[in-house]
Amino acid sequence: MATLVVLLVFALFIVAILTGGYNKQMISRFRSHWLWEWLTTVDHKKIGILYAIGGGFFFIFGGIEALLMRIQLFFPDNQFIVGRDFNELLSMHGTTMIFFVAMPLLFALMNVAVPLQIGARDVAFPFLNALGFWLFLAGGLLMNLGWLFGGAPDSGWTNYVPIALNQYSPGSGIDYYVLGLQIAGFGTTMGGLNFLATIINMRAPGMGFLRMPLFTWTSFVASALILFGFPPLTAGLFLVMFDRLFGAQFFEVALGGNPVIWQHLFWIFGHPEVYIVVLPAFGVMSDVISNFARKRLFGYTSMVFATLLIGFLGFMVWAHHMFTVGMGPMVNSIFAIATMAIAVPTGIKVFNWMFTMWGGKITYSTAMLYAVGFIPTFVLGGVTGIMLALPPADFQYHDSYFVVAHFHYVLIGGTVFGILSGLYYWWPKMFGYKLNETLGKWNFWVFFIGFHLTFLIQHFIGLFGMPRRYFTYQEEDGITLFNQISTVGAVMMGVGALLFVANIVVSYRNRTSLVAGNDPWDGRTLEWAISSPPPVFNFAQLPQVRSLDCWWHEKMEGNKEMEPAEPLDHIHMPNDTPLPIIMSLGFFISGLGLVFRAFEVGVLGLVVVVVTMFVRSFKPDHGYHIEVEEIKATKKGA
Amino acid sequence: MSSAELNHAQTSAPLPPHPEKATLEGRNKILGIWLLIGAETVLFACLFGTYLALKGSNMNGPTTEELFQIPMVAAATLILLTSSLTSVLGVVGMHQKNVKKVMLWFGITVLLGAAFLGLEIYEFIEYVHEGHTFTGSAFGSAFYTLIGTHGSHVLFGITWITCLMIQVARRGLTLETTPKLFVASLYWHFVDVVWVFIFTVVYLMGKVG
Repeated sequence: MATLVVLLVFALFIVAILTGGYNKQMISRFRSHWLWEWLTTVDHKKIGILYAIGGGFFFIFGGIEALLMRIQLFFPDNQFIVGRDFNELLSMHGTTMIFFVAMPLLFALMNVAVPLQIGARDVAFPFLNALGFWLFLAGGLLMNLGWLFGGAPDSGWTNYVPIALNQYSPGSGIDYYVLGLQIAGFGTTMGGLNFLATIINMRAPGMGFLRMPLFTWTSFVASALILFGFPPLTAGLFLVMFDRLFGAQFFEVALGGNPVIWQHLFWIFGHPEVYIVVLPAFGVMSDVISNFARKRLFGYTSMVFATLLIGFLGFMVWAHHMFTVGMGPMVNSIFAIATMAIAVPTGIKVFNWMFTMWGGKITYSTAMLYAVGFIPTFVLGGVTGIMLALPPADFQYHDSYFVVAHFHYVLIGGTVFGILSGLYYWWPKMFGYKLNETLGKWNFWVFFIGFHLTFLIQHFIGLFGMPRRYFTYQEEDGITLFNQISTVGAVMMGVGALLFVANIVVSYRNRTSLVAGNDPWDGRTLEWAISSPPPVFNFAQLPQVRSLDCWWHEKMEGNKEMEPAEPLDHIHMPNDTPLPIIMSLGFFISGLGLVFRAFEVGVLGLVVVVVTMFVRSFKPDHGYHIEVEEIKATKKGA
Repeated sequence: MSSAELNHAQTSAPLPPHPEKATLEGRNKILGIWLLIGAETVLFACLFGTYLALKGSNMNGPTTEELFQIPMVAAATLILLTSSLTSVLGVVGMHQKNVKKVMLWFGITVLLGAAFLGLEIYEFIEYVHEGHTFTGSAFGSAFYTLIGTHGSHVLFGITWITCLMIQVARRGLTLETTPKLFVASLYWHFVDVVWVFIFTVVYLMGKVG
């Protein structure tokens, strides 16, 4: 511990020398490096790309963990990875995939698309946007450090107490979970707050709420769910941290504690979380389907209200994860009915997607393939959800592979298909060139078939009695073949994911022949009215929005670009700043210190955080101006 | 902030009637603090729920009836509610573009907040002497977490307002400092409202069982 302190002080000393003016040459060398621009950026388009890289990075971890588990389950009584190691794999797989893959990749799409779709020059709080990303990265890295030092978390992604307390989980595994998620959670909450403020305050003239594209709408509702859903997790994680680190007794039954409190707090967060990750995917599907069917979205208003209703009901159903806790038939029935009620707005959405395609002029691009593949897959996941919503039936399915199959159908069939669809769709807007469509189709079909091969059979593995989270089964259970089929499917999904990576590489090499232009898909919404990638200020003049699908409307009127809502004038932009990454570093140091029970280091990290907050508050930062000549030059160049 | 507004901020033209809402940046900040208050409400609701579930689990320690002294807590409540009033007077001073008034009333707000914190720390020390500790029972853990989270918000609030007073002293009331003051006073009201609930749910209800 003392060594750690010495090392940290030494590191801070070096940082002080390098940044404190002792070595001006070094600083200017840092600042002229291309990486500096990315580390300090507050541009939402760059932060979107950073989120995509971060999410992709953790996807490698989560994917390898999944494959290792499937390899262990290939044979009955396999001894490849057993016991605690297997528990660590399944806990980290779940946590990583939800918090460090699904959420950042959705934030990537939101950052890239939402400000462009509403005609804004940036988000409401560019500084918070950068801070949110760096906190996510700090939290994710802290959590994965568990693999190197002292063991990874091993109490499942739900981290149920009392098995997550010191008595049953000695060592620092759970501490990585508690502090890593806490830090990442702060970042996510800031991101949600930022997008709410952006969508409320920064819409272009004429962009009324009922003219916003569906992706913006679903991002809006998901952000509201983040804002009100993450604080219960924050509270719950604090309680676990107090119990583990500071000797509190929240969950210690012998001293009057109650473990069910954690379950409630976790699921009051955890159920909205499901909608946080699936609603933006719904939005991607809505935009993609309407784009590639070349039709206005069927039932736009009902889609908006279905989204709001799902968001509202998402907070009313958390206890359906706890039917077997013993809350009594009355409570269980109320939550069962509320849960089934969610099927109504979701059904509205599914029918609207199909009616949008009905009679449309459909192009099956890769983005559209993912959207079309998503509909039946997600419906399957939804139907098993209704089955699980019935308490008497849930008593049978509870904690079996049936549940595993159910939520992978929703999370992969919904969220991952949505993310991949969105990446294929907005890639040209992000980088200026399309992804290769042939490889894209290979990517879709291999991933899609691999997915169903892996998880369809898991419904039956569960119905035959295999509990989730077990690291082995017996030959006489009669589920060997089923598990082997599932593993083969998982490998196929891995190949599918590699094909996506291959596509990125191949498309990058051939980017000159894949140049997208402003509007590669003959799009309908505002982001396709500007160049790809957009200039740093997005819109030289804020556009005047005259209808839903406003860009399509202008094209039908024969206009080549949006009608401007303001005269050409110089544009004010925020400065890049290294403070977000320094503040996140402070949180990271603090978290690491607490994990190692080095409380001095924990405090030291928080001091770094507070000092950066002072600097941010006291140092005026007026940003800079882009002059009219420069804007005109950019316009001509594009 | 549009360019016209920014030019306004840089030249020392007179402030508009509601300077905190005159720029887009200011409007974003005000909306942002309301959203943050929404999130914080949920956070406190969770801690209240945890407290209510665990308040009977005092084990061998003192019960709520034995522990709480209403006169002192009532005095703390009065102090904190008064500080809400003085922060309103500070914002009134801001709208009158009166730097002296702003400094006076926000200064009093900070002092009252500090007095409240002092009383709270004194109270905690008393309780620990009576055997009511953070690690002794689930009731103790829940009590200190709820009240301590509120106390840390008070501490954050007085630090924040002090920093803003220094900025106002240096730069005066500008389009940049006025939204900050306004937002900080909104936050301060929220902290006070939470205390009203703590006074009712924890202390008063603790006395009547």
